[in-house]
Amino acid sequence: MRLQYPSNIQIILVPCTGKVDALYILRAFEKGADGVYVVGCMEGDCHFNNGNFRAHKRVEQVQKILDTINIGGERAQMYNLSSSEGPRFAQIAVEMDEKIRKLGPNPIKLAKKKAA
Amino acid sequence: MIVADKKPIEEIIEEIKDDEKILILGCNECVTVCEAGGKKEVGILASALRMYFLNQGKEVKIDEKTLERQCDHEYLEEIRDVMDQYDAVVSLACGVGVQFMAEKYQSTPVYPGVNTCFLGVTEERGLWTERCQACGQCILARTGGICPVSRCAKRVFNGPCGGSTKGKCEIHNEIDCAWQLIVDRLKALDRFDDYENLIPLKDWSFERAGGPRKVVREDVQQ
Repeated sequence: MRLQYPSNIQIILVPCTGKVDALYILRAFEKGADGVYVVGCMEGDCHFNNGNFRAHKRVEQVQKILDTINIGGERAQMYNLSSSEGPRFAQIAVEMDEKIRKLGPNPIKLAKKKAA
Repeated sequence: MIVADKKPIEEIIEEIKDDEKILILGCNECVTVCEAGGKKEVGILASALRMYFLNQGKEVKIDEKTLERQCDHEYLEEIRDVMDQYDAVVSLACGVGVQFMAEKYQSTPVYPGVNTCFLGVTEERGLWTERCQACGQCILARTGGICPVSRCAKRVFNGPCGGSTKGKCEIHNEIDCAWQLIVDRLKALDRFDDYENLIPLKDWSFERAGGPRKVVREDVQQ
């Protein structure tokens, strides 16, 4: 299909979104990521039954934390799609890229630069 | 186990806002099981606090460590060498651990990172319920293994109060009447005759009403 999606998105492979801990997402923000989104299988299609539901709850947990510390919860998102949906994957990447650009850079990244 | 719940991050921030070197200290026991103060929760809290202070333009050093327990001397001794590096400790242990830390390290403020709730069980992941109030004189042998002290709102002995309706407590229709549970259990054990045996007046001096308590076991003392 050779679909295009924004080149600033770094993909981190995990065996299942159930492997994605809240801490992984927080660490990404701590290291300066402007946004993090978790892409899991369709709800009900998890090979491990509820990995994607767990990931969803962890993303929600991270969103609350990010809101509390004034980073912005909307910088973390969860999407569900099947592995055959290449165009949807590219569309989500564009959507997320646009959303994060509107929000601006991660304030942590700016604060780190300022502190350095 | 001792069941605790996470404190809101805002409350912790308020406590430590004037400190610059902070140790977030978890406990590997009960609070790990109830997902309030184990290694993972330490990591999440520390990460959130680091980002918060960085975003505020404050340079704050936040380190993480999780001890096997915080209610025993030997484990708390593990941090003695590093304690002088910190202005404050946020302990994610239960109230017991927080207090033992504070007793042991007199010159460093120790703040609680969790709210200690009760002695209870994991009914399912994310649902913990109370089972024991450590009243000091266990009567479970007489009540079919169900405790009227911790599970009855009025802590009544010798049968339910007038507020028991269809097996539920009058304070909330989701709370089982402890005495209904006891009666059902005694019947299941074919010991319903025991229900007629009156439980004598309880000596509440063994409970919190008698002030702080202690257990002395000379046979194991060194």
